[in-house]
Amino acid sequence: MPEGFPLTPHTGAGTFARSSVTSVEELRQIARQLRVDSLRMIHAAGSGHPGGSLSAAELVACLYFRVLRYKVGRPDDPSRDRFLISKGHGVPVVYAALARAGCIPLDELKSLRRIDSRLQGHPDHVRLPYVEAATGSLGQGLSVALGMAMAERLDTKHDYRTYCLLGDGELQAGQVWEAAMAAGKFRTSRLTAIVDYNKVQLDGHVRGIMDLEPLAEKFSAFGWHVEQIDGHSVDAILAALEAAAVQSERPSVVIAHTVKGKGVSFMEDTHAWHGKAPTTEELERAIAELEAA
Amino acid sequence: MGKATRAAFGETLARIGATHPRVVVLDADLASSVQTKKFADAYPERFFQIGIAEGNMVGIAAGMALCGLTPFVASFACFVTGRFEQIRMSIGYNNANVRVVGTHSGIGIGEDGYSQMGLEDLALMRSLPNMVVLQPADAIEAEKTTEFLADYIGGPAYLRLTRQNVATVNGEGYRFEFGKGVELREGNDLAIVASGACVGEAVLAAELLGKRGMSVGVANIHTIKPIDADLLHRLASRCGAILTIEDHGIVGGLGSAVVEALSECPGVVVRIHGVHGYGESGTGAELFAKHGLDADGIARVAAEFLARGSRRVGGAA
Repeated sequence: MPEGFPLTPHTGAGTFARSSVTSVEELRQIARQLRVDSLRMIHAAGSGHPGGSLSAAELVACLYFRVLRYKVGRPDDPSRDRFLISKGHGVPVVYAALARAGCIPLDELKSLRRIDSRLQGHPDHVRLPYVEAATGSLGQGLSVALGMAMAERLDTKHDYRTYCLLGDGELQAGQVWEAAMAAGKFRTSRLTAIVDYNKVQLDGHVRGIMDLEPLAEKFSAFGWHVEQIDGHSVDAILAALEAAAVQSERPSVVIAHTVKGKGVSFMEDTHAWHGKAPTTEELERAIAELEAA
Repeated sequence: MGKATRAAFGETLARIGATHPRVVVLDADLASSVQTKKFADAYPERFFQIGIAEGNMVGIAAGMALCGLTPFVASFACFVTGRFEQIRMSIGYNNANVRVVGTHSGIGIGEDGYSQMGLEDLALMRSLPNMVVLQPADAIEAEKTTEFLADYIGGPAYLRLTRQNVATVNGEGYRFEFGKGVELREGNDLAIVASGACVGEAVLAAELLGKRGMSVGVANIHTIKPIDADLLHRLASRCGAILTIEDHGIVGGLGSAVVEALSECPGVVVRIHGVHGYGESGTGAELFAKHGLDADGIARVAAEFLARGSRRVGGAA
């Protein structure tokens, strides 16, 4: 694994470069590294949420190493693309991506959840400007992302896209649908929501707690362009995000079907690993599985 | 009687829109009530109708502020600060430069009754560490605080306004100073510290008490947070007794802010006077009388306070 990967260059408005330097195979390797990093961080912290970091690894890898336009060392660059993780408990995989991209030191990942750390248990924008907004109170991120997309329209100097990664459980919150309705009304075509649809939330399976289906039809009914994909397929993620980027009249949502705890057999598809740190022995087993895959 | 502070706010906002291109206004289906309609008509591209979804409105405003805009989100005080969870996370914790504007504060709104009355908003907004809290007493002050907030870039702020017309307490040449209380009248026996719609009533009450031989001062606190602790300490040492007056619940509002500021100040007794219990329907004037917030009521409370042990400990009572 090299020290930080080359980043997608700025390509102007509309779409992102297919000629990007990070290959699909590299993105797969990065996703695997982000999983290992996330588990190491959560293990070192002694608490955290592994399941939702593991399910989002390919999504976050594609965003930070192919899709998003940003400059390392310039979290305040006004032309950067915005990315919010609304499911704030999944932030370890984002911290790992920021570290692997060279935005924060790799060594800092050990400070997750420690006192005085920039890597708070849930994202803290004031301490770490690379995370675009504080989240962790579920259901609020899409509204904030929508505000960013609406601000972009008034900005005569800078073009950027706004991406918002949502958990599936938080779609049970009414505010998400308030934001979905408003994005449909305002036709914010430069807003892309991504649902990490891993089917499991803290108390159990989403279906049994408060079913979201028919989910694609709900977003369609609110005026969104909808893509449904395998959220662990790098090819599918890139294609869906590119299809979103060329929309001119509607906001887009990528419903990414994923597996909670993906890549670690004993963490997959169970709420038991929603919010629990692995022991040292469990960590070693998990990493062995990820590296053998 | 002067204008309602919401009216002065709306006129000022429409005026400064011309010189402040970063100011945007968000509305939750109350633009004609909260008086942002004038701004909407003048700058439709910077006015956003979000519908009856205040939590979403707060979140959108936070995102806009994080991208460099200065959003004003206005609704009734109870509705907008009722989205405390969204204000706390999306605005407060992000230190987003949003102006939360709560109109129709207090029992002074009258007939609509409790569901429309902002009676806990000061307590909620004061509790957020970086939230500035302003409450103008009259139309001139509402104009000045609105101008101030359009330029302020220090983080989130809350502006509390009235539905009803209020007395004019400041002169035409009034200069607004953020964080400074305004001593409207000096007195040696008792200092009344008031804010918002109650300031005009407090001045009248002090005049009534003066005719009865009591020397009562009045200070107007437009900046409830950060509060003018220096002024409060001066009043405490001069009078030894402070009576706070506000159209807000008695927990967490101006009175609490005053007591917090004087918590290590020896030799002062503070009485907090405001709204007890939930509000109710009636005319604003009737409710002010029932809850002792009109001039007669304030004078009655003040006289009783002076008679029953407000005097400085070890003082010349």
